[in-house]
This record gives sequence, structure tokens and C-alpha cells, in this order.
Amino acid sequence: MTTSTPLLLAAFRVLARDLKLAFRRLEQISHPVVFFIMVATLFPLALSPQPSLLRDTAAGVVWVGALLSSLLALEGLYRSDAEDGSLEQLVLCGQPLAVLLLAKTVAHWLVSGIPLVVVAPLVAASFGANGASFGVLMLSVALGTGVLSFVGSAGAALTLGSRRGSVLLSLLVLPLAMPVLIFGARAADLAMRGEPAEGPLWLLGAMLILSATLAPFGAAAAVRISLE
Amino acid sequence: MSSSAPSPAPLLEAERLHLWRGQRHVLKGLSFAVAAGELIHVRGPNGCGKTSLLRTLAGFYWPEDGVVRHRGRPIGEDRDGFARDCAYLGHDNALKNDLTALENIEFSTSLRVEVTPRRCREVLGQLGVGAQADLPVRALSAGQKRRVAFARVLLGDARLWLLDEPFTNLDVAATRELLALVREHVAAGGAALLTAHTELALAPGEVRELVLA
Repeated sequence: MTTSTPLLLAAFRVLARDLKLAFRRLEQISHPVVFFIMVATLFPLALSPQPSLLRDTAAGVVWVGALLSSLLALEGLYRSDAEDGSLEQLVLCGQPLAVLLLAKTVAHWLVSGIPLVVVAPLVAASFGANGASFGVLMLSVALGTGVLSFVGSAGAALTLGSRRGSVLLSLLVLPLAMPVLIFGARAADLAMRGEPAEGPLWLLGAMLILSATLAPFGAAAAVRISLE
Repeated sequence: MSSSAPSPAPLLEAERLHLWRGQRHVLKGLSFAVAAGELIHVRGPNGCGKTSLLRTLAGFYWPEDGVVRHRGRPIGEDRDGFARDCAYLGHDNALKNDLTALENIEFSTSLRVEVTPRRCREVLGQLGVGAQADLPVRALSAGQKRRVAFARVLLGDARLWLLDEPFTNLDVAATRELLALVREHVAAGGAALLTAHTELALAPGEVRELVLA
């Protein structure tokens, strides 16, 4: 006699499996971080190495870099599962698909978002940002990359059937990422100027809750369509 | 195309299925039922719609017309209940190359039912890949991967098996062993619907043929 797996345990197993896979393919973790650092390095070369200018642009540079790096990582969220048939098995495992995809998205954020949160203060410091703002900067990047992961998960699922999925994914997700960029960069900028940044951070938090609540259902519907 | 509905309470029932793939009308009003204790061999030439039929029965494809019922209810009404009762082995093995055979099977089975690593090893051993249980899947041959994927079907505790070319890449002995396991499942009150190009080495009463043209 066998016992059915409880939903939360199944979701935890999806999360644990994806983390295990990521740590066996470390490029999945390192590529977005390297890309983030490279993007940030380009700005002083293109603008000016003047310290005051770099300090003023630090929040924007960190946020544009984090946004682009998040997008880079999104494409692989469901691609390999779709190619090897694992996605079909998730659909047919008898658990609500949206919850399993929520777990996959959280794993994706832990693997691609958290490294950016860790590296963001280093990049900001190299632009001359003051150390007192690092807490707010890290919190804004953590919340913002979370939103991007959830919004992007629905986008990644929608573009699964497309040959040029990565281009389409960017076109789909970038407009939706604008508010995240605006409020994330604003929070970091306010903190770097020594002003209170609670307003934009609360808005980012609200966006995170909204996207975490709705996006998995959109992703589940899109995954089912992609299997057609 | 032959069809029949032998049981009043079938495990799975397809009624007047019409499916188009692009410009092709693949399933043309197909009706049949699968009762507990039945093994159905879906046959037909390449491109006749065997895989499309199995994917439709599994709920991946939605037919333009007709309905698939599980225990009398359309599968769309209780997707999760149907999924718990159905094991699907597709063309792809659904295995991760970076995980071992044991990790793959333990993960995919444990999403449905609680299973111990020991039980997974037993089944892998039963399928002749016990010695490869701790190897990354990328190190296995195509036939060994197929057997590992079949372990998921055995462990999943599903009554209805939908098997798309389950004997691909298997040698003669492995094909015979897998077929014996399918017969065992059917004899125990399960049901299986499989596609295969080769003749199944079974007595005429043991298998029903569904021929697609």
C-alpha cells in the first residue's frame, strides 16, 4: 500500500531537486553574476571614470545590471525540463502544477537572484556608493529579482514553444520589469543619498506578493499550452 | 480503425475523438474504451497518430471534438485525480543527465507517492539497471535510460499505463522482461495502452489491438 505525497512536500522536493541540479552545473549560478559584473564594468568605460559621476549613477547601473542578468537566467527556467520530458511528468504527477512551478521559481530565484544580491554591494562600492546604503540596496535587489523571477516564469512558460524564445522572452518581460527597475533604482538611490527609502521598498514588496500569487497560475496555464 | 467498448465502467474511455495537428486530421472520430485488466496495443504506420492519441489520452493534447473520460468523468474535470491514476512514458525519458538513475527515479516517484531509496533500488535491479543506480544518467546507454524511465512507471502506483514506444532501444531480452511486467500489471487489475511497431509476443486473448490507419 502506498501513501500519496502531500503537496507541500512535493513542492519542497521540486525546490530541492532544482537546487541540486544547479549546484551540479555551477555555470547556471556563475553566468548571471559574471554578466552582471561585466555590464557594470562597461558603464565607466562608456561614460566617464569621474568619481562623482560614478557615485551618482551607481544605483541605476546596479539595477540595470541586475535586471539584464535576471533576464539572462530566465530562459533556462523550463527549457531543459521541456526538452527532456520532465515537464510532462510534472504535469502528470497528480499535484497542482501551479504550486510545483512556484517551487521551481523560488529555486530559480535562490540560484540566480541571491548571487546578484550578494554581488550588488561590491559593484556599488566600486562606483563609490557609501556603505550605509548597502542594506537597502541588497533588500531592493532581493525583492526586485524575486518579482522578475515570478513575472519571468510566466514569460518563460509562454515562450517555451517558440524557437527564438530568448528574444521573445525579453520582449515580453522587459516592459513588465519597468516598474521594478524604477522603484528598485529609486530605493537604492534614496539610500545612497541618506534619505528614507521605505516607500519604494514597500511597493517592491507589494509587487512581489502580487507576482508570487498570480504568476504561477499563468505559468501553469502556459506550460499546459506549450505541451500542445 | 477498429474500436469497441467492452466494459460498462471503463477506466478510460475515448468518445468520437477528432484531432488536428496543423493541416492533418490525425484522429477521425475514434472511440474506444479501456477496462481494468486490459492491454491495448496501438498499431499503425509512422505518422498515423499513435503518439498523438496517447498524448490526447494523457491530457496533453486537447481534441477539436470528442471527449476522454476517466472513470466516467471528462479528464479536464478532475485533472489531478486522473494524473494520480495515470503513468505516462513518452518518447523522452524525462531523466536529468546530471542526476544519478536513483536520484531521478526517487524524485519523480516521490512527487506522486512516498517511496524509499531501497524500493527504488529494488525496482532498478528488477529492470536490470541496479548496478547503474548510482551512476549519472549521462553515463548510461540509451537502453539503460529507457529501463530507468520505466522504473518510474512501475513505482508510480498508477492503474492506467500509457506507454509510447516503451521498447525503444531495448534488446530482445529486456523487451520480453518489460512486456512481462506489463502483463503482470494488467493481470493485477491495471490497464495498459501501448504503442509498438513490433508484434507483441502475447497470446491473442491477452491483448486487444487498436489499429490506426
